[in-house]
Amino acid sequence: MTSELDIFVGNTTLIDEDVYRLWLDGYSVGDAVALRVRSGILEQTGATAAVLQSDTMDHYRTFHMLERLLHAPPKLLHQLIYQIPPSRQALLIERYYAFDEAFVREVLGKKLSKGTKKDLDDISTKTGITLKSCRRQFDNFKRVFKVVEEMRGSLVDNIQQHFLLSDRLARDYAAIVFFANNRFETGKKKLQYLSFGDFAFCAELMIQNWTLGAVDSQVDDMDMDLDKEFLQDLKELKVLVADKDLLDLHKSLVCTALRGKLGVFSEMEANFKNLSRGLVNVATKLTHNKDVRDLFVDLVEKFVEPCRSDHWPLSDVRLFLNQYSASVHSLDGFR
Amino acid sequence: MPGKLKVKIVAGRHLPVMDRASDLTDAFVEVKFGNTTFKTDVYPKSLNPQWNSEWFKFEVDDEDLQDEPLQITVLDHDTYSANDAIGKVYIDIDPLLYSEAATVISGWFPIYDTIHGIRGEINVVVKVDLFNDLNRFRQSSCGVKFFCTTSIPKCYRAVIIHGFVEELVVNEDPEYQWIDRIRTPRASNEARQRLISLMSGELQRKIGLKVLEMRGNAVVGYLQCFDLEGESGLVVRAIGTACTLDKLSSPAAFLPACNSPSKEMKEIPFNEDPNPNTHSSGPSTPLKNQTYSFSPSKSYSRQSSSSDTDLSLTPKTGMGSGSAGKEGGPFKALLRQQTQSALEQRGGSPHRFCRRREFPFFTLTAFPPGFLVHVGGVVSARSVKLLDRIHNPAFVGIMSNTRSYKLLDWNSFNSDEPETRDAWWAEIRQEIKSHAKALGCHAVVGYSESTSICEEVCILSASGTAAVLNPRFLQDGTVEGCLEQRLEENLPAGCGFCHIPYDELNMPFPAHLTYCYNCRKQKVPDVLFTTIDLPTDATVIGKGCLIQARLCRLKKKAQAEANATAISNLLPFMEYEVHTQLMNKLKLKGMNALFGLRIQITVGENMLMGLASATGVYLAALPTPGGIQIAGKTPNDGSYEQHISHMQKKINDTIAKNKELYEINPPEISEEIIGSPIPEPRQRSRLLRSQSESSDEVTELDLSHGKKDAFVLEIDDTDAMEDVHSLLTDVPPPSGFYSCNTEIMPGINNWTSEIQMFTSVRVIRLSSLNLTNQALNKNFNDLCENLLKSLYFKLRSMIPCCLCHVNFTVSLPEDELIQVTVTAVAITFDKNQALQTTKAHVEKSLQRASTDNEELLQFPLELCSDSLPSHPFPPAKEHLESASSNSGIPAAQRATSVDYSSFADRCSSWIELIKLKAQTIRRGSIKTTVTVEKTSPMGEGNFRNRSAAPCANSTVGVVKMTPLSFIPGAKITKYLGIINMFFIRETTSLREEGGVSGFLHAFIAEVFAMVRAHVAALGGNAVVSYIMKQCVFMENPNKNQAQCLINVSGDAVVFARESELEVVSTQQPAANCQPACTGGEVTT
Repeated sequence: MTSELDIFVGNTTLIDEDVYRLWLDGYSVGDAVALRVRSGILEQTGATAAVLQSDTMDHYRTFHMLERLLHAPPKLLHQLIYQIPPSRQALLIERYYAFDEAFVREVLGKKLSKGTKKDLDDISTKTGITLKSCRRQFDNFKRVFKVVEEMRGSLVDNIQQHFLLSDRLARDYAAIVFFANNRFETGKKKLQYLSFGDFAFCAELMIQNWTLGAVDSQVDDMDMDLDKEFLQDLKELKVLVADKDLLDLHKSLVCTALRGKLGVFSEMEANFKNLSRGLVNVATKLTHNKDVRDLFVDLVEKFVEPCRSDHWPLSDVRLFLNQYSASVHSLDGFR
Repeated sequence: MPGKLKVKIVAGRHLPVMDRASDLTDAFVEVKFGNTTFKTDVYPKSLNPQWNSEWFKFEVDDEDLQDEPLQITVLDHDTYSANDAIGKVYIDIDPLLYSEAATVISGWFPIYDTIHGIRGEINVVVKVDLFNDLNRFRQSSCGVKFFCTTSIPKCYRAVIIHGFVEELVVNEDPEYQWIDRIRTPRASNEARQRLISLMSGELQRKIGLKVLEMRGNAVVGYLQCFDLEGESGLVVRAIGTACTLDKLSSPAAFLPACNSPSKEMKEIPFNEDPNPNTHSSGPSTPLKNQTYSFSPSKSYSRQSSSSDTDLSLTPKTGMGSGSAGKEGGPFKALLRQQTQSALEQRGGSPHRFCRRREFPFFTLTAFPPGFLVHVGGVVSARSVKLLDRIHNPAFVGIMSNTRSYKLLDWNSFNSDEPETRDAWWAEIRQEIKSHAKALGCHAVVGYSESTSICEEVCILSASGTAAVLNPRFLQDGTVEGCLEQRLEENLPAGCGFCHIPYDELNMPFPAHLTYCYNCRKQKVPDVLFTTIDLPTDATVIGKGCLIQARLCRLKKKAQAEANATAISNLLPFMEYEVHTQLMNKLKLKGMNALFGLRIQITVGENMLMGLASATGVYLAALPTPGGIQIAGKTPNDGSYEQHISHMQKKINDTIAKNKELYEINPPEISEEIIGSPIPEPRQRSRLLRSQSESSDEVTELDLSHGKKDAFVLEIDDTDAMEDVHSLLTDVPPPSGFYSCNTEIMPGINNWTSEIQMFTSVRVIRLSSLNLTNQALNKNFNDLCENLLKSLYFKLRSMIPCCLCHVNFTVSLPEDELIQVTVTAVAITFDKNQALQTTKAHVEKSLQRASTDNEELLQFPLELCSDSLPSHPFPPAKEHLESASSNSGIPAAQRATSVDYSSFADRCSSWIELIKLKAQTIRRGSIKTTVTVEKTSPMGEGNFRNRSAAPCANSTVGVVKMTPLSFIPGAKITKYLGIINMFFIRETTSLREEGGVSGFLHAFIAEVFAMVRAHVAALGGNAVVSYIMKQCVFMENPNKNQAQCLINVSGDAVVFARESELEVVSTQQPAANCQPACTGGEVTT
C-alpha cells in the first residue's frame, strides 16, 4: 500500500510556523521530518511518523505554492487563491525575507550577479547554512535590489512599500542594497570583526549624508548612489594635510579642546598628523571607484588600527573625531 | 422579452504575460450570453488593464436567464495570429432573479483556464432588470428560491412543506463526441463546463416549475448530481423538497431578550426554526389511530418482498413489464389511497394531490419542531444497471458492430433517454416507499440518492429514514390549535420520535421492544438507525461520536451482464456486513442510536467498497445497549478459552472506556422497566435493503442473524478474529477532539466562532500481489484511520474542537487505486462550558423523565440560564490549565504559540503601518510607483477604516465556508442564492506542477477561491451547506497528464457576528459594497 496522493486544503490556509522555519532553512522533507521527530512532537500529540511525513509534505507543498507570491508580497495580500489572515501573511513575508547574519556578511558589498550566485556552494559549506537557504536569501537580496534600483524616493520606504517588510528589516535591506550598489569591500580579513549591524549603521549614515537624496534632489537611485559632487568636494580637504600651517593650527585647536578630556591624549597628540593624514587621504581618494570600494578597508588600516594599537577607548575615539571635524570649521577657508 | 441583463467589465489585474517579447499583455474581453457576444476594446500592453467598458445589454427571455450562464472570456489580442484565450469566468446569474437575494453581482473573479488554472482576476458588474410579466411562469420559474441547506433556512419560516421534487436531464458528454478527437483538451473541457452549466440551469428551472405547480416558492435540501456515464452520456439529476417559505420580517424578531452572546450560539443548533410561533404550538402527532390505521398488514410484508423480485434485470426494455409490474399496479393505487388517508384532507384537486404525493420523500435532515412524529428506521434500496444498453433499436444495432463513437444524431435519443433514467429512479423510489410502508411510515425523511459508476455498470442507491410526520406542515389549511394541544400532552418531546410507528403485534421484522425509558408509555426499539440529524428536542446522554464501517470485497473482472450479476450477488453480503460492523461498533461505544447514516457502495473494476458513516449517540429514551460477548466454537481447548476471555476482557474494557470518554452515564432505572439485561436472541435491524438486479436466490436477505445472539461474536474462523481485531483497532480521537458526521455534535453546544473547513484527498495504490479480502479490508481501514489521524494532527491548534459533518467519499478510479475524499469543518468550542451543559443535559433528561408538560417552554429558558452563569470567563489560569491538560500538549508548547500570536499581531500592525506609509508617500509630491494600479476612490476611505479598526479589517474580504447550515457565533441575515459550480482542470505537465498532489492541491485551492469570489461578488461573506459533490481524479503519469473534475455547491449568505447584530441594519449595505472595498484594497 503506497500513498499516491495525499493532500489537505483548508478554506483558511494552515501555516505551521515550525515547518515554515524548516522549509526556509532549506531542509528537505526527510530532514524536516527527522528534526520534527527529534523535537518530541510525536510524544506530545500521539501522532505517528507517517502522519508527520504527510503533514510536512503538505506544508512544504503549500509553501512552495506560496513562494511565487512571496516574491512580490503585495500579490500575496491581494491574491484570492489562499485565504490567509493578515497576521499570518505578515509572518510569512517577514520570515521569508529574514536572513542569516553569517550569510549576509559573506555577500555584503558583492555584486549580486550570477557569478556570486555560483559561489553560494562555498558560502554554504563555510557557514553551515543549506545551499537552498543561501539561494533564497541571495535571491531575496537580488530581487529587492532589482525592484528598488532606479527608483525615486527614500530607499527604506520603497523597500517597505514593495515588500511590506517591518521597519527594521527594511532598513537592513536598504543597507544591503546600498552596499551592493557601491560594492564596498567587506570581506577582507581585516574587516572580519565587523558585524552586519556595524555596516548597516554605516550604511544608514552614508545614505543620510553622502547620497544624492541627502541633498534633497529627486532623481532615480537617489539613496543608492553617492553624491559625486560631494566626493569631488572632499578633494578640497587635501589642504588640511598639505598645508603645514593649517595642519599645525588644526592640531592645536583639537589638542586645546581635548586636553584633560582624553585618556590617550599624549598618544593622540603624537599621532595627530598621521591620523589626520590617513583620514584626509581616504576622503580625497573617493572620486575613484576603486577607492570607494576599499573605503572600509582603508578606514580600518589608516585610522582604526593605529588607534587600536594605542588602545584608544571608544569614547576617546568619538570625542576626538567630533572635535577633529568641529575644529575644521574654525580654520581659514572652512568657515 | 422579460429581462435585460447588463454587464460592465471594469478592470483586470495580475494577468499573465502573454507576449514574451514585451513581458506584457494586450487584453480584451468577450462577454457572451446565449448567442449574443460583446467585446471590449483592447487595452494594450498591461497586466492590469482598465477597460471601464460601457454597459453591455442583453435582452433575453427569463427562461434563458435561468438556463444560461454569463460567459466572460479574457483574450490576448494578436495582430498576426489567432487571439490567445487567457481564461474564462462563468457567472450564474440566477441569484439576481429572486427579489430578496442579491441585487447586483460585482467584484473580482478569478480568470480560470482549464489548462493553466487561475490566471489573474477580472472585475465585473452584473445587473438584471426583470420586467413584470404576469405571464412569465410559462417556461421559466424565476423567483423560486433554491437552498442546499437540508433544514428550513435560518431567516425563513416554513408555512407548508410540500414534498419531493426531482428532475433529470441527459445529454451526450462532449468528451466522448467524435469531435473530441480533433479538438484541443481546452476546447473539450470548456465544452463540458459550458454544457453542465447549461444543464444545471435547465434542471433548476424545471424543478422550479414543478415547485410552482405545487404552489411552493422554494426548494430546500436541493441536491444536484452529475453522473458521468462515459459513452452513454452525461446525466444531471436533482432532488429537493418543495416548500412555501415566509421570510421572517426583521432579524430583531428572532433576537430574544436574553442578550448573552453565547445564547445565540447555543440556540442555533437547537432551533431549526427561528419562528417563536412554532414553539408555542409545539410538537404534535397525527391522530393516533390514524397512525395505526395503516400499520403493516400481511399484504404489506408480502408486498415488500414482491417489490424485490419485481425489479427486473436492468436493461429490460419497457419498465413494469412482466407479471410483477401488473401486480404492482393495484398496489400502487392502494398505497396512494393509504397515504391519502394518512395525511389529512388537503386542498387542491385530488389529481394534483396524487401526483404530488407519489413519493412522500423529504430531503431535509432537520425539521421544525413538531414536524417529525415517529421515526421507523433506515430504508434503502440499490439497483445495478447496465449503462450501454439504451432502448433504441437503431442504436443497439450500431453498438453491436462497433464500439466506436456514436455517429447518430443525439437529439433523437435525448427525448428517449431521460425516460430510462427516470424509470430507473422511479423504480428505486417505489421500493423505498414500500419499505417505508412496511415500517408503518407514510413518509421518508433525510432522503438522498447516489450513483457509483464503473465502466458500463452503475449502482443506483437511495436511502432515507422512514418516518411519520405531522400533517400540519404538509397541508395548506390551518389547523385547530386546541386539538393539537390535547394530543401533545400525551407525548413528551424528547422521546416521541423514538416511539415505534409500526404495529407491535405485526412487526415488519423481528425486533425487541421495550417501554420508552423516558415517558414509559410507548414502545421503543432497542436501537435506532436514521439518516437524519439528531432532532433538536431529543434527549441525549453524553456526547456522540463518528462511527464508520468499512468493507472491501474482491470481485472478478467481468463484462457487462456477468459483471452486473456478480455485483448484485455481492451487494447483499456487503450490506449485511456493513450493518453488522455498525452494530458492533455502536455497542462498543456504549451507544444506542445512529444519526446521519450514509452507506456508500462504490464499484470498481475488481472490487466493491462499502463505507458507512454515522454519528452514534445515546438516546435517553432507548434502552441501555448490552455488551458484546465472544464465544468460541471449541470450548474444550484451555488456551483457546483463555484467549477468548482475554479478548472478552479487552472488549469490556473498551466499552467502559468509551462510556467514560463520551460521558455516557444514563440515570439508574428501576429493574422492572429494563426487563432482562441479557441480550435478546435476535438481532433487530432497522435496515431494510433490497437488491434490484435480482437473481432468484437473493430475493430477501434476512439481516437478523437467524437464531444467533446479536451481540455474541463467534470466533470460529480467522474472519471472525479479524472482525474482533478491527473492532478494537479503531482508535478514538485524541483528547480534545470529537467528530461526527451530523450538523452538530450531540452533547456540545457552546461553539466558539473559529471554524476551519477543509477537504482532504488521499489515493493509495494497492500492491497487486494476490490481494485477499482481509488484506484489502486492512488497507482500506488503515487508509481511513490514517486520514482521520492526519486531520486530528493538522488541526491540533484548534483543540478543543469538533470535526462536524465529516463526509467521506470513496471512489475507485483505477484497478489498484482507492481514493478517499473527506470534507468537514472543525469548530472550536469552550471546554468549560461544555462540562456545565452536559451536566445540565443530564439534569434536564432527568427532569424530562418526570415532567412532560411545559417541555418546550422550559427548553429555551434552560439554555438561557445555563449560559448566563457560565459566560463570564473563568479565571484565566484555571482555564488554561484545563485546556492544556485536555489537549495533551505540554504547557510549554502552548506558551510558544501564544508568544507567536503576539508576534503575528506585531507583523500585522507592521503591514498596517507600511500600508499607511505607502499611502502617505503616494499622496506626497512624488509619484514613486510605476504600477498601473490606480487607487479607486474607495481605496482611501477603506484604508482609513483599516488603520482605525484593525480588528474589523481582518474580516474584510474573508469568506467563510462550512458544510453546516449555520455559522457558530453568528446569525445569518440573508440568503443570496445557490452556488453550484463545476470545474475541470487538466494538465499535460504533471511533474512540473508538483505531481498529482501538487496538481490536485492547487486545483482544490482554486476551486475554493472561485467559490469565495462568487460569494463575495454577491455581497456575501460565507457559504453554508457547502458540499463537494464530486471530485473525479484521473491521472496518466506516463504521459505526464492528469485531469480532475470537481462539483461543489452551497448557499451564499450574509452573516453578522452576534456582537454586531445590533447594527445589522447598517451592516447590510456595507456587505453589499464589499466587493468594491476589496477592489480598493488592491491598490493600497
